[in-house]
Amino acid sequence: MTDTHPTQAHAAGTATDTADAATARQAARSQAQREQQRQRRTRRRLLGLNLVSAVLGLGLWGFFAWLDLAGLPGPRDVGARAIELVANGQLFKDAAASLQRVLLGFALGTLLAIPVGFLMGWYTVARGLLEPYVQFFRTIPPLAMIPLAIVFLGIGEVPKVFVITLAAFLVSVISTYQGVVNVDRVLINAARVLGAGDAAVFRRVVIPASTPFILVGMRTGLGAAWSTLVAAELIAAQEGLGHRMQQAQIYYDLSTIFVALITIGVMGLLMDRLLLWLDSRLTRWQERR
Amino acid sequence: MSPDTSSPPKIAFERVSCVFDLQGEPFHAVREVDLSIADGEIVTLVGPSGCGKSTLMNMVAGLLDPSAGRVLVDGQPVHGPGPERGVIFQQYALFPWLTVRENVAFGLEIAGVPRAERERTVARCLDLVGLSAFADALPKTLSGGMKQRCAIARAYAVNPKVLLMDEPFGALDALTRVHMQDQLLQTWSRDRRTILFITHDVDEAVYLAHRVVVMAARPGRVHHVAPVGLPYPRTEAMRLSPAFQQLRNEVWTAVYHQDRPPAVATAAPDSPHP
Repeated sequence: MTDTHPTQAHAAGTATDTADAATARQAARSQAQREQQRQRRTRRRLLGLNLVSAVLGLGLWGFFAWLDLAGLPGPRDVGARAIELVANGQLFKDAAASLQRVLLGFALGTLLAIPVGFLMGWYTVARGLLEPYVQFFRTIPPLAMIPLAIVFLGIGEVPKVFVITLAAFLVSVISTYQGVVNVDRVLINAARVLGAGDAAVFRRVVIPASTPFILVGMRTGLGAAWSTLVAAELIAAQEGLGHRMQQAQIYYDLSTIFVALITIGVMGLLMDRLLLWLDSRLTRWQERR
Repeated sequence: MSPDTSSPPKIAFERVSCVFDLQGEPFHAVREVDLSIADGEIVTLVGPSGCGKSTLMNMVAGLLDPSAGRVLVDGQPVHGPGPERGVIFQQYALFPWLTVRENVAFGLEIAGVPRAERERTVARCLDLVGLSAFADALPKTLSGGMKQRCAIARAYAVNPKVLLMDEPFGALDALTRVHMQDQLLQTWSRDRRTILFITHDVDEAVYLAHRVVVMAARPGRVHHVAPVGLPYPRTEAMRLSPAFQQLRNEVWTAVYHQDRPPAVATAAPDSPHP
């Protein structure tokens, strides 16, 4: 055997490789197309079923309203009330006030949660010092902090935003921390043997690897923010959807309560979809079912 | 053709021990291992699980410190991981958020290699492993063999002096595995890089190596060293030859019947291959 042999063998190997690669690529492409088609069909079917479900739900609601049990307002009454509230600008004012509180609290909570979660996940010292507090406050419903918030922060915007911030923070911080803790050791080692120092490992491995967890935390945090909103608006609010419902309750104005409820639901859903879209953009690399 | 054994070893283990604390009990993952690997040599490590194969490799990689003894690369004690010691993991360990190209470029970016040179090197390494057509694919779209080829390209890109391969082909099907072995030897025949290769597969161990090191567990230690006298390039004919079978039997017995004294193959494996 001489040394010329492997070169020939290699040349032959490369030729077959290229042919193989071309076929493989073609096969992969047509498979991907089929997969895409299948997914599109499934999506369309799901959308259709969603629509049917919505129509059925409205019908059922209308039916119960028609039976006139407990003075339940029907879709038509609520629709009419909604138009009134939109026309006189009340709904927009309330929705804007609520949205502002939710967004501010959510943004503050998340922005605080991400660095704290990273610190806890990355540094044993930070974990040891911070985790007891996070775990302790997690067991207290943020709403239980309202009396204290009023005593210390008064009855303005600050206590409301504070409680929402706390709710969003506690949810997000845990999932960010979990994300950092769950980063595959093998990936960290792979980066280190390629010459990455601590800073590079953090920036180029830990952050991208925990992004899916952070986004899940943001979605749950957003839910927590919305669910805290209404109660937070019980603190002497002048406007806001929670405040409007409370007022309506006094006057037995069920239609207004329904309009406010539906508005909260729709806004929450829209924001969740937005995060979901962001998630699909940022974590396209993940293996999904 | 054979590695240069007269010059100082590329990798040297000097009475290396590694002890872990296992629920309060000291666990000797590796005890007093002496082993030298020459420049350009391919050494395969085989042995039952828990025999310290991966521990030895991780110490060369700098991912683990020995409890006693020294691990030397080019005569220098190992301190932490570094790009001059390339590691290929069984689980591929590709960064799933980076494309094939970006994965291969990772080490070069860390090293601050200028963009133009980086792109040239990445293109060359992808070509070497036959993945040029998949440069922009994400790892999740690749087959196991392609993922491992990408990992190999990523290790080659930073031009390491030694390659440490921890069961790199373990998760691949038999056909792909044989193909990958031949590709590895082809690349080696051009660059003569020192390779330390862990495997469970006795055939693979014999086919690739200048020397097969069989390890034993509890405590992890070197049980038997089998020099493979077969010349390179290795061929399919060699794989099917009686000389190969004998070596294979020798290694098999050393791995699976460690209570028996290691038997050396009776036929001189150094005899020229027909």
